[in-house]
Amino acid sequence: MDLSSANPIYLDYAATTPVDPRVVQQMVPFLYAQFGNPASRNHAYGWAAEEAVEIARENVAALIGADPREIAWTSGATESNNLAIKGAARFHRGKGRHLITLKTEHKAVLDTMRELERDGFEVSYLDVQPDGLLDIETLKAALRPDTLLVSVMYVNNEIGVIQDVPAIGRLCRERGVLFHVDAAQASGKVAIDLQTLPVDLMSLSAHKTYGPKGIGALYVRRRPRVRIEAQMHGGGHERGLRSGTLPTHQIVGMGEAYRLAREAMDSENRRIRALRDRLLAGLQAIPEARVNGDLAQRVPHNLNISFQFVEGESLLMGMKDVAVSSGSACTSASLEPSYVLRALGLPDEVAHSSIRFSIGRFTTEAEIDAAVERVKATVERLRALSPLWDMHCACVDLDSIRWAGH
Amino acid sequence: MAYSDKVIDHYENPRNVGNLEAGDGSVGTGMVGAPACGDVMKLQIRVNPATGVIEDAKFKTYGCGSAIASSSLVTEWVKGKTLEQALTIKNSAIAEELALPPVKIHCSILAEDAIRAAVADYRSRRGAVLEESACAPASGAVEA
Repeated sequence: MDLSSANPIYLDYAATTPVDPRVVQQMVPFLYAQFGNPASRNHAYGWAAEEAVEIARENVAALIGADPREIAWTSGATESNNLAIKGAARFHRGKGRHLITLKTEHKAVLDTMRELERDGFEVSYLDVQPDGLLDIETLKAALRPDTLLVSVMYVNNEIGVIQDVPAIGRLCRERGVLFHVDAAQASGKVAIDLQTLPVDLMSLSAHKTYGPKGIGALYVRRRPRVRIEAQMHGGGHERGLRSGTLPTHQIVGMGEAYRLAREAMDSENRRIRALRDRLLAGLQAIPEARVNGDLAQRVPHNLNISFQFVEGESLLMGMKDVAVSSGSACTSASLEPSYVLRALGLPDEVAHSSIRFSIGRFTTEAEIDAAVERVKATVERLRALSPLWDMHCACVDLDSIRWAGH
Repeated sequence: MAYSDKVIDHYENPRNVGNLEAGDGSVGTGMVGAPACGDVMKLQIRVNPATGVIEDAKFKTYGCGSAIASSSLVTEWVKGKTLEQALTIKNSAIAEELALPPVKIHCSILAEDAIRAAVADYRSRRGAVLEESACAPASGAVEA
């Protein structure tokens, strides 16, 4: 992005991405010139819109090795997660009442699970290992005869670790359990081929992959056929799975974004990995910096790192010209740091000190270098203010002190 | 979150950062908060034993911008005050001065606690009989 502008350096691609200009170009005609309702079957406006929607569906399906008929449009990954989990649980409630997920899932999964608990289902929230990955034995032990569905995210939004989806899927198949995967952070970053990948339901988002916000999709396997109950009722769109007039321009945007992702994924991943390595080398030069989550089983786009003895929000405040996220909860009412980092077994103070950098299509080397310099200077300044840093330097064991909670 | 100009000013130009010689009998040290909660404030005061006036104050804080600003502000406020006067500083006044949003009120509470802890530590060092019950938090005084 343009460094000369007053805009901060954007290193928060895991939160959202800009819409690729080529995607914008494809979308615009469908706002005015070709505004038809794809459900209008009796005139040219409708036909043009429907054709665009179906081309987009093919592009989305192609990125993940699916059949276009297995793709249903939604408003985004949150809705897809809701539809997949509630839809499957409620359709199959006669068969069992037990669901399994991870403690490190996105809130869209965790909160949906909580809602199902209120509805009489039982949910197991599995621990992950300190590296953020699920131990398959933990899942094996948690599966029960009445388990209906397992939901595991492909790529974690905070720490970027890639779960072993093929192995989890195989285990679910063996046990006859449905398997849902939240792939919001994986599309365009991890090669996905649902021809061979044993996954039944997969949530997708456009805006994490250079498409527009407000549009996503749910993959629902046809062979063997996976049945779920609709959550949105109305005109019977999307084969009755999700009613509501299709937002043609959004859909066209998602389709084009996924087409570009398929074209560029390999070269983009290589480029981004080089940038990530550069960022990592720069930040590791700072004393007491530690990477959170496994570094090998991880998308190259993500670097989550703790700068100990400095609180994350104050760090962000000191580097306003770099847009990143913090695992510190000081901006939330709960005052509790990231539940994902806590699930890795990190002490709260390390979680409070964490920053998530996420790199994307428009990140440049110059931006990485500028961000490293900014972080270094701010960490140094804040450590000079930090009583904990003084104590660390004086070799005082912080755990030996009886702190007053508040 | 949008910060007030005063919070930004104290964050960017913190006043009275540093340490006072803790072994000195005229210095009281208060350390409050906990790393796990995301903020720790250390406030030190140097008191003139003859007059009971706080002649110098220093702080170090691990925490968000509002925590840094709250502790920076109280170092300014306690200087020149007697211990009794310093103990009348209320968190509400700190919060108001810095225009802290509700989610940051705990930062001002912590700053008030830090004053109490520093005063209590000074008094215990001087062997003074506390005329009021000390309400310093459990961490009270920690040598750093």
